[in-house]
Amino acid sequence: MFAYLVRRLASLVPTLVLVSMLIFGLQQLLPGDPAKILAGEDQDPTVVAYLRTKLHLDEPLPMRYAYWVGGVVRGDFGESVRNQQPVLQLIAQKLPVTAELALLAMTIALVIGIPAGIVSAVGRGGVWDYLANVFALWGLSTPNFWLGILLIMLFSVNLGWLPASGYVSPFEDLGANLKAMIMPAFVLGNAIAAVLMRHTRSAMLQVLSADYVRTARAKGLNERTVVIKHALRNALTPIITLGALELGTLLSGAVLTEQVFTIPGFGKLIVDSVFNRDYLVVQGVVLVTATAYMTLNLLADLAYFLVNPRLRH
Amino acid sequence: MQLKRIILIPLLFGFGVLAAQAQTLRVGLAEDPDVLDPTLARTFVGRVVFAALCDKLLDIDEKLNIVPQLATSYEWSADSKALTMKLRQGVTFHDGEKFDAAAVKFNIERHKTMPGSNRRGELAPVASVDVLDPATVRLNLSAPFSPLLAQLADRAGMMVSPKAAQAAGDKFGAHPVCSGPFKFVERVAQDRMVFERYADYWNKGAIHLDKIIYTPIPDATVRLANLKSGQLDFIERVSSSDMDKIRADKKLKTSRITEIGYQGITINVGKSDQAKKNPLGRDARVREAFELSLDRQGLVQVVMDNEAIAGNQWVAPTNQYYAKNMPLPKRDIARAKALLKDAGVTNPSFTLVTPTTSDAQRIALVVQAMAREAGFDVKIQAAEFATSLDMADKGNFEAYVLAWSGRADPDGNVYSFDACKQPLNYAGYCDAETDALLNQSRALRDPAERKKVFEKIAAKVLKERPIVYLYHRNWLWAYNPKLSGVREIPDGLLRVSGLKLAP
Repeated sequence: MFAYLVRRLASLVPTLVLVSMLIFGLQQLLPGDPAKILAGEDQDPTVVAYLRTKLHLDEPLPMRYAYWVGGVVRGDFGESVRNQQPVLQLIAQKLPVTAELALLAMTIALVIGIPAGIVSAVGRGGVWDYLANVFALWGLSTPNFWLGILLIMLFSVNLGWLPASGYVSPFEDLGANLKAMIMPAFVLGNAIAAVLMRHTRSAMLQVLSADYVRTARAKGLNERTVVIKHALRNALTPIITLGALELGTLLSGAVLTEQVFTIPGFGKLIVDSVFNRDYLVVQGVVLVTATAYMTLNLLADLAYFLVNPRLRH
Repeated sequence: MQLKRIILIPLLFGFGVLAAQAQTLRVGLAEDPDVLDPTLARTFVGRVVFAALCDKLLDIDEKLNIVPQLATSYEWSADSKALTMKLRQGVTFHDGEKFDAAAVKFNIERHKTMPGSNRRGELAPVASVDVLDPATVRLNLSAPFSPLLAQLADRAGMMVSPKAAQAAGDKFGAHPVCSGPFKFVERVAQDRMVFERYADYWNKGAIHLDKIIYTPIPDATVRLANLKSGQLDFIERVSSSDMDKIRADKKLKTSRITEIGYQGITINVGKSDQAKKNPLGRDARVREAFELSLDRQGLVQVVMDNEAIAGNQWVAPTNQYYAKNMPLPKRDIARAKALLKDAGVTNPSFTLVTPTTSDAQRIALVVQAMAREAGFDVKIQAAEFATSLDMADKGNFEAYVLAWSGRADPDGNVYSFDACKQPLNYAGYCDAETDALLNQSRALRDPAERKKVFEKIAAKVLKERPIVYLYHRNWLWAYNPKLSGVREIPDGLLRVSGLKLAP
């Protein structure tokens, strides 16, 4: 297992290099001159020329890539041309927010999705299965933006229970933080719970019809042990994969949800930066989220070892 | 009982005082501002924040008159090539440094020389600055330039602390130090900007708030929901479609101010070869027909829910510099068709590029439908703003829906758009006579004389139609009724002096 881990970690490096080239290269395909956009309303030609030099836009592509990667290797991600903040500082401000939102959303998704999936598989064709499927359909088909606005209208405008916006750090005031995060986390978690529920259900149905489950039942084990200990454990592998992918997506920022609840996370940062052609910010953020994504996939692969002992050999 | 009262009364009184003291105004902005350095700043929304942070030499009032701020008076020399200003005494920057003539000189020179400065063009005619005494400064111009006063009432007139600016270099925007009523505390990009009252502000009697928090919330519906739920006290740029409902809501107050900018359609008349390939760019008669096919009042009604005033010039019909010799033309389909017949193209076709904002897209759709009645075949091409601007800049367009936030002096709305080879002249319009008139308008100081020149400019430019002006939007604000002292100034920037939040 150790050798496996080392092999996987080593393979991260060329992947990251490739990702960095892709991020950099794809950005060049965006139409529009970054210097012109960043020069703002007045389009002063001297400002455009200054920005072009500052951003090395007048130099060949490989050189610009080298400047950027050279900086990144030294821990210097550059600074946002739009608001002069260092990219690393922006990432450091946004990453904890996005990570917290992602973890809360994932918790909600797991707490709802997996039990719902199990219940629906065990009681296949019954009332619970039907209800769980209705929930999944609702979760999958409700646009986040719309659900978010409705929740704000209900809980913030009408009832006044929760704040409509205003992120507070958990270290400052945990209560206020949770109050601000519960609605966005629910909106995001709700959609993922639906996906998890559907996958748990189908994986469980497959496993529950397997021979060893019949054997376990024939041995006289109670149904609870059969479902939780024997069936669920085997059904978890695809769910872990899916969970890691969903968490990775969450970590790259949830643009619309962040927009509705004014959560200062990665999603808003990256969208604004793309529109403003603030390349260094886009590159920095994508690099960080890509790394997070790869790490999560690695962790998911390692988790297979825990749930499936056969893989350890 | 007596004891309780003795304890309770001061306690209650104390809380009352605390509540009255801790006044925080929470403002919802439509965008996240760019860098908070007046020299480098380039967005409209940044100017909203500067109104609390950085005082200017001059300001404008509700009627667009130039009024004193850090300069208490000004005087032009007889040849209009020198502007002498008396400065307010007892003003300090947020770091305690004194504001004086030397600070003005430093700031003007910083605006003019700092790499990447967006003020260089605005102050181009300023050749040098003389410190006459600590309270008097003279700006020497290379040529008469009457729009200078309006420039000094905007970012070019904002004064930052020389000491802080020298220390921070090009990183000044991260911790701006000015002399406005509020000083910078912190900024979390895309989340909030926090400012607290500057205790030594020169006009502290007019400041009744302790703290201002600006939060960028791009979506108008979300901004409004935050106001309604009490998370915010004031929001700017309310969606016009929400205004009726907000007005009916007793828990909210509104303000509506006609902007100094405009919404228009820029036509490629000479920016690139493409201009000559299309009848719209090639023939002024086709452009006239296009303008005559439009019902501006209808546009205002459908696109803006009547929250705009129809206009045909770079300034609104209510502005003192509106050229009355070129009134708003009425829609005339018959005449439009006749003009197209004269031009030999009865069914001209062109592509209208529009940014993806909902207003711009609605304009494109309504214009398409209106122009069709005169025989025009308008194709719509929606492009994300950066892309559309790139197309405009390269002349890779036939017509382009473009808005301008406006400047207090009409020069700021027309010069850069209609003088030859200017950066915002996307139309590619270039005419020596117009250039001469534009330069003449800059040299004159008397408003009546300038108005006559603007009438001549209007007569030339509005016949050529590099831009078909459509309307002037209303700045729409909504706020907590406890907030008083809101001044409705046409530049759309919230002034914080005089604002009061009732407990």
